[in-house]
Amino acid sequence: MKKMLLILSSLIFLGGYAYAEINLGAIFSVTGPASYLGLPEKQTLEMLVDEYNKAGGFKGEKINLIVYDDKGEDAEARKKFLRLAQNDKVITVIGPTRTGPSLAIKDEAQKNSIPLISCAASKVIVHPVNKFIFKTPQSDELAVEKIYEYLQKNKNKKVAIITSQDGFGDTGRNALLAEAKNYGIEIISDERFKDTDKDMTSQLSKIASKSPDAIICWGIGPAPAIVAKNYKQLNIKAPLFMSHGVASKKFLELAGSAAEGMYLPAGRLTVVDKLSDKDKYKPILMDYKKKFESTYNQPVSSFGGYAYDAFMLFKLALEKGGKDKEKIAEALENIKNYVGSTGTFNMSKDDHNGLGKESFLMIRVKNNDWEIVE
Amino acid sequence: MKKTNKLYLIFLIVFLSVFYFLVENQFYRSIVIYVMFNAINASLLNILFGYAGIISLGQAAFFGIGAYTTGILTVHFGINPFLTILIGAFISFVVAYIVGFPTLKLHGHYLAMATLGFGMIVYILFNEFTDITGGPSGLVGIAKLSIFGILIDDESKFYIFFSVIFVGFSILLELFDKSFYSYKLKFIKESESASKSFGINVSKVKLIVFATTSMFSAVVGSLFAFYSGFISPVSFSLKYSIDLFVMATLGGLGSITGGTLGAALLTVFPELISNFEDYEMIIYGSLLAIIVMFFPQGISGLIKKMLGKYVRS
Amino acid sequence: MQFFYSGLTSGSIYALVAIGFNIIYNTTGLINFAQGEFVVLGGMLMYTTLTILGLPVSVAFLVTFIIMFIVGVVFEKFFLRYVKLKTETNLIAITIALAVIMRGIAMVIWGRDSLAVPPYIEDKTISVIGGSMNSQSILVIIVCFFVAIILSSFFKYTKYGKAFRACYDDQTAATICGINVNMIRMLSFAIASLLGALAGAIIAPITFVTYTDGIMAGLKGFAAAIIGGLGSFWGGLFGGFALGVIEGFFAFVLPSGFKDAFAFIILLLILFIKPTGLFGKKKAVRV
Repeated sequence: MKKMLLILSSLIFLGGYAYAEINLGAIFSVTGPASYLGLPEKQTLEMLVDEYNKAGGFKGEKINLIVYDDKGEDAEARKKFLRLAQNDKVITVIGPTRTGPSLAIKDEAQKNSIPLISCAASKVIVHPVNKFIFKTPQSDELAVEKIYEYLQKNKNKKVAIITSQDGFGDTGRNALLAEAKNYGIEIISDERFKDTDKDMTSQLSKIASKSPDAIICWGIGPAPAIVAKNYKQLNIKAPLFMSHGVASKKFLELAGSAAEGMYLPAGRLTVVDKLSDKDKYKPILMDYKKKFESTYNQPVSSFGGYAYDAFMLFKLALEKGGKDKEKIAEALENIKNYVGSTGTFNMSKDDHNGLGKESFLMIRVKNNDWEIVE
Repeated sequence: MKKTNKLYLIFLIVFLSVFYFLVENQFYRSIVIYVMFNAINASLLNILFGYAGIISLGQAAFFGIGAYTTGILTVHFGINPFLTILIGAFISFVVAYIVGFPTLKLHGHYLAMATLGFGMIVYILFNEFTDITGGPSGLVGIAKLSIFGILIDDESKFYIFFSVIFVGFSILLELFDKSFYSYKLKFIKESESASKSFGINVSKVKLIVFATTSMFSAVVGSLFAFYSGFISPVSFSLKYSIDLFVMATLGGLGSITGGTLGAALLTVFPELISNFEDYEMIIYGSLLAIIVMFFPQGISGLIKKMLGKYVRS
Repeated sequence: MQFFYSGLTSGSIYALVAIGFNIIYNTTGLINFAQGEFVVLGGMLMYTTLTILGLPVSVAFLVTFIIMFIVGVVFEKFFLRYVKLKTETNLIAITIALAVIMRGIAMVIWGRDSLAVPPYIEDKTISVIGGSMNSQSILVIIVCFFVAIILSSFFKYTKYGKAFRACYDDQTAATICGINVNMIRMLSFAIASLLGALAGAIIAPITFVTYTDGIMAGLKGFAAAIIGGLGSFWGGLFGGFALGVIEGFFAFVLPSGFKDAFAFIILLLILFIKPTGLFGKKKAVRV
């Protein structure tokens, strides 16, 4: 037993430890229910680190990237964070993919004084502000405001929402309910679905019976595609809005013609080839898209973009603050006007996300492709 | 039997203290802490399943009831942490008693489904009462426990605290194993009608053992909430109930060390294979399959066999 | 009324999985925790044969069935049969282990994204009294009944079907009567796997297929089988539809977040009133 433990612990010890390199840690949901989000994040990060090292690294020192899988579970994320902090001696951690695991390691990041750049959306991650905690995705509030502004302009007042019963849908629902008052919008129906559900006509027919001006669906993965199909099946007239969570080619493939005419707020990465050449984001986005698609031979996803920004922020902070963890955190907090894949980051003492509303565009599905509305 | 069990307890104490002094790495300590959490839960399931024959796939729910009671009461109401442990234990006992009353009359797969269904209901409640549970995104800001004026706020302090609890629990288990009660349970598992004819009130005995183990689960759940400082429903899902079932089975059903051995193996092993990335699931599944196929008495059976050469039991 | 049709659509999926559980239960008395994984693999194989390889639908089905038949055979012959001590617990544990392995393999081969399989019949909305249904869902419902009819008459009337049932009742006696118990057990897994594949294949155009789907499919299918009573195909069919409609109903009348909770409460109530499900038979217990 003891001998076995010795062997076991030495095995853990051997895993990914190297000298005279900069150790960068990452935790993503590479398996489990959110794995279709975690994988592009991991791939993006690996690609960028590889590129950075080939270009000479940081003052000749290479970045050694260590990625662990949290399986979408809190306890796993916590274990993996401690492993990165204690065994791999990383100077920064990128990830986790989802809100729950991010919150689960918040305390540990502070205790170990390791900067954490989360790729999860919830506002709670950076509110209240913690010296070491940052995040790259836009808060759901911004996406909600974008939709509500659009509804307000079109004089739509009565809104029905249907949200998924997971972390993504839940933060979206909270934002939808909280922001409604500010835009003079009344939520007349508040329905939920599980992300494993196979038919939502029951909820949708209930919504239809209350004749709303618009329907907003907040979810991620295959379930929203089923919502779109059922919406078409029931022949509902009110326009359908979705979240930025479905802004992917994959969604169009799943929903097919059912997605036609649907609106959603999305980051620029989704519609990069339709942006005007004057758009300041276009060069970065095109560059990322080309690199990713040629390396992995699959379409780029906006979730990968979160990891892209996380690495770029880390790079900026590293170049400014050096290898010291506290200095990296300070440098991250002072990043201004960094044009990333999601938007322009203006970090400050009170805002560890630093993105504004301009990071979202309103888009519509036309001919099974995206079209920029505004 | 007696001798090996005493040896086991001594080994446990020696291991936990030697480990503490030799290994300062917080990660390794945290792994041992997680092993102990899983070990207690798996051992409790082992009592239910291995001794009394009550198959329960809803144990994560009671673990969650403890954790959420502590979480909600400390976050929203600022109630004394120690008190929340007791309240959680009480709620869990009462819930188990009420649920157990009709449920434990079921048998086999029907009982498995009923407990599983109960687990699902509780899981959905954790998810849906967002105002008090924080919903799927979880509950932040759970207070820390303090004992004799010492705030247990890092891995090392929690390690010491929890090791003491764990050793205490193991001694209790050992006492239980030797008690008349455990034989009574095994007798019921062997044949319900025979034990009835011996004058045992089968349904009452089952109900008490179900409610008691659930109560212990809730206590551990409260401690889990203090330890993580954050809880979300993921930790109390069906997956955890099934993990516990697998731990108890692989460790060795009906053996007092079974739960702990199974928990140790299945908590440590995934850390070893995490470098295999995409193939991790396949390797993990294969390990389970091999143990089930070739070591019928679980790991504890294997170790007993090996020890049997040296120690006369 | 729409909730009823919604319930039928999801219910038909539960029913097909429940019937798969019953096939194995009827010969071995076991619950196969990997039944949901059979469904996933079926859907994914259809994706490969139809979308990637571009085979005609009939060939695609045939290829999928053959592969899944073999998977079922391997499942029993190389894993279950070699479990040293065949207690019920050990056998259930090995199906859990195999489910994890199959999920892992599906992830490595097909990746993490959901896959869309093209519809087999023209995709259109059909109006029914008080609501509407998708043509694919109606196809699934018809297949459900078809499967239940075939299986229950096979088990009831044919010589082989009786052999399957004999194995469930008493393996030793069945062996004495000259029934090759091992062969029957193997076949039951192969048929269950094939049926899982059929379920996965026909529901894939409606629900897509993701490697993690097996867990939920298995859980709901198990619940449906229990409601109907283990061992009865018609019970499984009824249980599936009942579970689907109950969920649809509660999603309609209550805040929909609680629909699953209420569905499980109904399930518990059914069990408290009838401890062996609605149409279940009780296995005689030796005292």
